[in-house]
Amino acid sequence: MIVALGRWIGKHLVMTLGLLVLLFLYLPNAVVALMSFNDASQSRNLYSFQSFTLDNWLNPCAPMGMCDSLVTSVQIGLVATVFATIIGTLAAFGLVRHRFEGRSTMNLVLFLPMATPEIVMGSSLLALFVSAGLAGQLGFWTILVSHIMFCLSFVVVTVKSRLAGLDSNLEQAAMDLYANEWQTFWRVTFPLVFPGVLAAALLSFSLSFDDFIITNLNSGQTVTFPMFVWGAAQRGVPMQVNVIGTMMLLIALTVVIVGEVGSRRRAKLLAAR
Amino acid sequence: MANKLRAPSTKTAYILIAPAAVWLGVFFVFPFMSLLATSMYDPAGSVITGYDMTWRVQNFSEALGEYWPYLLRSLIYASIATAICLVLGYVLAYAMAFKAGRWKTVLLVLVVAPFFTSFLVRTLAWKLILGDDGWLVNALQTIHFLPPDGRLLATPVAVVAGITYNFLPFMILPLYASLEKIDHKLLEASRDLYANPFQSFLRVTWPLSLPGVVGGTLLTFIPATGDYINATLLGSTNTQMVGNKIQVLFTKAGDYPHAGALSVILLVMIVALVMVYVRKAGTEELL
Repeated sequence: MIVALGRWIGKHLVMTLGLLVLLFLYLPNAVVALMSFNDASQSRNLYSFQSFTLDNWLNPCAPMGMCDSLVTSVQIGLVATVFATIIGTLAAFGLVRHRFEGRSTMNLVLFLPMATPEIVMGSSLLALFVSAGLAGQLGFWTILVSHIMFCLSFVVVTVKSRLAGLDSNLEQAAMDLYANEWQTFWRVTFPLVFPGVLAAALLSFSLSFDDFIITNLNSGQTVTFPMFVWGAAQRGVPMQVNVIGTMMLLIALTVVIVGEVGSRRRAKLLAAR
Repeated sequence: MANKLRAPSTKTAYILIAPAAVWLGVFFVFPFMSLLATSMYDPAGSVITGYDMTWRVQNFSEALGEYWPYLLRSLIYASIATAICLVLGYVLAYAMAFKAGRWKTVLLVLVVAPFFTSFLVRTLAWKLILGDDGWLVNALQTIHFLPPDGRLLATPVAVVAGITYNFLPFMILPLYASLEKIDHKLLEASRDLYANPFQSFLRVTWPLSLPGVVGGTLLTFIPATGDYINATLLGSTNTQMVGNKIQVLFTKAGDYPHAGALSVILLVMIVALVMVYVRKAGTEELL
């Protein structure tokens, strides 16, 4: 057994090293999953495993304010995703399919938010809101506005790369078969671009859901989930935070696995036909 | 090439672009101007009384004079973390692109999936792993790598490790994208021409992966320089980075002019470094 493993490692040295890197990426997730079963009620030490319990999983909303912050985060994430995905996809079409004056400027302006540290973006938005006299109105709407802003660039880049790789002969063929522009778009172009749009939407949601630095500067009294964790980190994080973290990972993996299995099955069906 | 079906009408293009352009104009370009203005306000004012615009350029020299150690520390930490990310990321991206076969997509998903556990939660988990009573510290003490009272948490090592961990996926994805595109026939050709594996890597794979290397290092280095989460959660007061200072100046001290000036300095520094780096790497194509 060990000899066989040793032989495999010798033969697949690069893969072994790669898997070790992957292991490094999952180390904290393993700790988070473990700590979600930690019974911390008896001890003040929140940074070591005490004893096993299912309480955290049975009462995920026990810490005050945590689930409210989760709801706020999901709301902001969903609205920001829908908005950023729509206007970002439109812009991607404009940039890939058209030549116009100001195109390179637009590309640059879209690239800049990705190349600016979050602390600079967050502080400049705060500077704007304060000069506009909105210092007292910071909250849900200012967070939403900033999230749409930083998601936009990622949407455009993702959809653009999908669009650029699209075979325009397919659209040509549809037109040759007497489809009008509208039909060509909805029956050919859009379905082909859709995986890119979906990837962009997923990326937006995870960026928005996870954002802390920009949100922290522009949130006023509103508390998102990362803000809750940050606030709790000063006192000691409730173990339920680990439950939420593990649940998010499981949901993400499930969505991906279901999608992957579905697409493999579809491919098989098509091959069998 | 743009397709020939639709006469590329400029008007449609502007309609498509307009919403995104307006949004970025109002909430990215304009705020940046606002930040620039703020950085030259008279620091005698406050958020409540308002600031006077006095074109006070001294804010910059004052911010630089007072906070240069933090700027320097940010650059050093971010550089070390980026270098480690490049090595680790290259190994995994290479394994995914060339050795994984039909497991490629699965591995790609596995690289992205940890993202969905909030990064603050994951960074707090590092606090546990690196903790004074943790197995890692105990093991390192047993092999005398650390002195008996040595620690990892609250040291620069912990901060750099945290940054490396947090931004590693940003390195892996661009690297994978460019490695995956490499035509395997080129590697076969180099082997046919009697290159050993090391030579084929150095002369074929590495040069062809350069766009990914440049993209990945930028996507890692830039956010790493501005980061203050790792420094706060895993470090101590001696490991504070420039992000810590900007955040404190804005939210706690309410010193907007100096905070603005420090933000502008940070951005200018990053842009300058990126330009030198991109020039050196010889690739102007960023995306």
